[in-house]
This record gives sequence, C-alpha cells and structure tokens, in this order.
Amino acid sequence: MPEASLRGKIDGGSNLREAVEDFLYQEAALLDEWRLDEWLKLFTVDARYVVPTTDLPEGDPKKDLVFIDDDIVRLRARVERLKSRHGHREFPWSRTRRFITNVRIKQLEEDKFFVTSSFLVYRFRMGEASPYVGWYEHRLKQAEGELKIYQKRTVLDMEALRDHGAVSIIL
Amino acid sequence: MVELKGLIRDNPETGIFRVHRSAMTSPEILQLEHERVFNKCWLYLCHESEVENPGDYRRRTVAGRPLFFVRGSDGKLRVFLNTCTHRGALICRRDQGNADALQCFYHAWTFNNQGELIGVPDEAGYGKSFNRGEMGLKSPPRVDNYRGFVFISFNPDVEDLVTYLGDARDYIDLVVDQAEEGMRIISGSNRYFVKANWKLLVENSLDGYHVKPTHKTYFEYVTSLGVKTGAVQTAFSRPARVLGNGHAVEEHDGVRGRPIARWSPLFGEENKEEIARIRARLVEKFGEQRTRLMADISRNLLVYPNLMIIDSIDITVRVFWPITPELMEVTAWQLAPKGEKDELLARRLDNFLTFHGPGGFATPDDVEAIESCQAGYKAEGVEWSELSRGMHREAIAEDELQLRAFWRQWYGYLSGLGKVETRDPVVRERSSVAS
Repeated sequence: MPEASLRGKIDGGSNLREAVEDFLYQEAALLDEWRLDEWLKLFTVDARYVVPTTDLPEGDPKKDLVFIDDDIVRLRARVERLKSRHGHREFPWSRTRRFITNVRIKQLEEDKFFVTSSFLVYRFRMGEASPYVGWYEHRLKQAEGELKIYQKRTVLDMEALRDHGAVSIIL
Repeated sequence: MVELKGLIRDNPETGIFRVHRSAMTSPEILQLEHERVFNKCWLYLCHESEVENPGDYRRRTVAGRPLFFVRGSDGKLRVFLNTCTHRGALICRRDQGNADALQCFYHAWTFNNQGELIGVPDEAGYGKSFNRGEMGLKSPPRVDNYRGFVFISFNPDVEDLVTYLGDARDYIDLVVDQAEEGMRIISGSNRYFVKANWKLLVENSLDGYHVKPTHKTYFEYVTSLGVKTGAVQTAFSRPARVLGNGHAVEEHDGVRGRPIARWSPLFGEENKEEIARIRARLVEKFGEQRTRLMADISRNLLVYPNLMIIDSIDITVRVFWPITPELMEVTAWQLAPKGEKDELLARRLDNFLTFHGPGGFATPDDVEAIESCQAGYKAEGVEWSELSRGMHREAIAEDELQLRAFWRQWYGYLSGLGKVETRDPVVRERSSVAS
C-alpha cells in the first residue's frame, strides 16, 4: 500500500486540504493494518482521545460518563493491550476497513486546524460484521513540518453498541 | 413442554453442581423465564435522581415492555406503561425530556405528567359510557423505591420490596450511606448488546475466579500506574456470601482503592486529602467497623434476577435483559454521591471507563468470554456446565457459591417451588477435606 507523506509544508488552499486528507487516510491505514506503534506517533504528548457514549454525544469526560477518555499514557497502555495476546476481545485481531469522507477543515491558528469528517468503520471477526458509524473531530497542529493530533473525538451515530458488544478497536 | 427436572444437578453427596446448557440456548426456557421470573419478581427500573425536576421523564424498556417514568408537577415519581389507552401508540417517543403533558401524535390524546387524560379531540364523539377518568395512563401493578432505587413488578401479588430484597438491603445501604447528600446517576450511559444468554452475565459479574486470568491486561495497566496488584492474589479469599431469594454478593479487598475513603494511585495525589476527609466523616457517623466495610471492601452485588451494583473503584449500576436466548441488552450507569468534588468525580469516571465500560481494559474481555461460552455451546456433545467450585469447603469469593445461589433460586422460580434455600447444603466430605 502506498504511503502518503505526512510531511510537507502547508500553505493553505488546496495544499492544506491535500495534507489534511492525506493525514486522515494515513491514520486510517495505520489502524487498518494494526501498525499501532506508528499510529501512536501521530499524537502529541499532551493529546486526548475521547469517545462519548451513544446517548450523550456531547458528553464531557470531566463530568459525564464516556466510553473512552485517554491521555497519552492511557493511549499507550491501550496499544500495549491491543498488542497483547491477553487482550481477548482483539486476539486474534479483527479485520477492519475505515472509510472517511466529508472532510471539512477550519484553520484555528496559523498552525492549528479543526477537522471534521464522517466515518464508517467495518469490523469483521468470528463470523460477524459490525459497522461503527459516526464522525470525527480532529484537532491537528503542525510542528516541525509535521501534522500531529492534539485532540481526537470520535462521536458515534448508533443508538447503542448493538452489533459490537464493545469498543474494542481504536475508532 | 420443557423438562425442568433435568436442568440442574445439585448433589451435596458428591459436591457436584452442574447446569444443563440448554438453560442458555432454549427458546422455551426463555419463555418460561418471562412468565416465571421476569413477570413475578421485582425488577430494577431506574434511580430516582434520573428525573430530578418536575416534568422530567425518561423512557426505558423493562423485560421487553416499553415503560416511561416521569416526575409529576406534584413532585411524585410515577411509572407508566408506554402505550396510549386509546389505540396503543407509544406516548413517550423521546429517550428523555421535560414536559407538563405528553400528547399521543396519532389522535392527539393528551395526558398530563401525572398520567391523567386531559385532552380528547372531539370528545362529544364518544357516548355516555366513555369516562375520561378511567382512561389515564396505566402503571405496572407494583412500583416501589428503596433508598432511591426504583423497582417495578408486573406481579400484583409480589411480596413488598423490602422483604424481597432480604439481606441484599444491607449492601444497598452500604452504598447509599456513602453519600452525604444522596446519590445521583451520572449522565451518559453504556448501552451494549452481548451475544450470550443473560444468565452468563450474572455468572460473570459474581465470579471472582475469572478476574486474574481474564483481566491480566487491566492489572498490568493499573500496576503501571503504581497500584500494588500483588494483593489481588489474595483479594478474593473472603468468605462467599449468599443473601437469600437468589441475591448474592462477591466481596473482595479493595486493593485498587475506593472512591470513598481508601486511597490508591488510581485516585491521584490531588484526592488524598479529600478521601481522608470522607473517611473521617464516615468514622464519625458510622464508627470504625462499618467504615471499614464501606471503605475497604469492594463488592459485586446481585439483586435477583438481573441488577448488579458493583461497589468498587466506582459504583456501577448494571442491568441486562434477554432479547433472545443468545442475545442480551446491557445498560450500565455510574452512581456517585451528589456534591462529590470534581477531581474525585473525574477519577471515579476514569475508573469506570477503564474497567467497567465497554471501551475499557476489562469489560470487552468479559463480553468476549461469555460470547465465547455461548459459541461453545453450539458444539453440543458437552451437555453440562460445571459450577462446583468451593462446594466441598467453606466457599470463598472466588468460588462459585454465588453462582449456585443464583441458579438454585432460578430453578425455584421456574419449577414453581418459589423461594428456596440457596446456600450450599452441608457436605459430608467437608471435614475430611479441611483436615
């Protein structure tokens, strides 16, 4: 699979869109290919990864119950768990395929971007197919010529984890 | 006709307890469970804090029946069957909200938030026998509240709730007494489906035996945060408890800490002082002994048949309903003291989502485990599940006594025997094993 470059200067206009879309596709590819250590490198050390519950999409992890609220320490632990043969829900790993569309970009500061996109993530395992549908909110910043995620919020559109039983993969 | 007699082998002579796996796969048995368990017992509906203000309502399905509960303008919490008394349409069509009145969209009959029918378009179209007063929303036959936990029963003759709860009451008290100003359900709930029989989640939730092998990655994670998990090796050696009526509790040392009064690194340096303050208050109010029970011991409480209150590194309230013999719907909430400090609440929520949440480091593996059991049953050939652990000795928390208690009462209800003795019978070989 060809690898998109994460590098390259962003000077606005089509270059910006191209760089951001490439970044999202690259992130999806790393996850689909279970290259989780490389995926971790997409995050800043002060990053946050949040997945709210299905009944409270606007949930604030400080005061509401959410599915996932990871700082970088817990995100690394999550990756370790997913790589372990004792992470039973994902051992053996499921097959996944991520589709990302409807990318919208808003420049927050010179080097900070707010990106929303729609996603469909199919997970196949043990004879079952379970699609996760929703939208992403990525907050990206450019540092030393590279885009990094400093906040990722995965908002699910489903009313419940009906076919899924859990959020066992990284969404 | 289902042959119930062959479903459980409970043999005190040999110390063998087995459950026939058709109990987890048979549609006829699920039908019987609906008639003889879910239509007979008290069932958990909600916590009163979920509808705090007059007019607040939420809808919820209990034992497959659509219900909603609403705090009326008079301040009283009522529960209604979610069906129009006219032609049946759902009255409450949003998951939650606030309203003075709810109108059926089909023919625009309107009910106030106390369930009275207050509006019928062109009422003159009905004859003299039509009595609006009789056409209010219907409630389940029994509704009661024990210290904030609201239960319903579809059985008009069910015993009163306090009697039904039996010794499980004490354990609910241990939870509720933690709060200075009462408890509340935190917003945001976990709703997930598990492709397994509902009784497998009862077993899993009361089972101390699986914790170490199944949740290895979770303990690695908390160890990396500085929790001394060596103590987990002995945490589950407390005596097992059954509470009568099928209720049971699995108690273990709270080695990972407790949001009330037992600090561990999972609660962060910033909360050390607050946790010490809570402990001092508890000691003052309840004395050392009860404080130790409340603060140092974690417990997974089953309120029969399907409510789990997991009073541990957080307080998880979890209920689960069969959809088919091989599929259940689970909902879990977090209960916390009103007025809990923001920093402590944040840690409590962290603890929930890292362990008890379906996006955490433990619950996904429980889901995997019980789905795996259900999948394994398809092999047939092995007809019985083995639940004898600890039957030959004074059972401890990581034995299977609590599971047997559940199953004995389950059999009691299914076979029409009613309440049965759920403790292990005295086993002859016990003395020889102990020596």
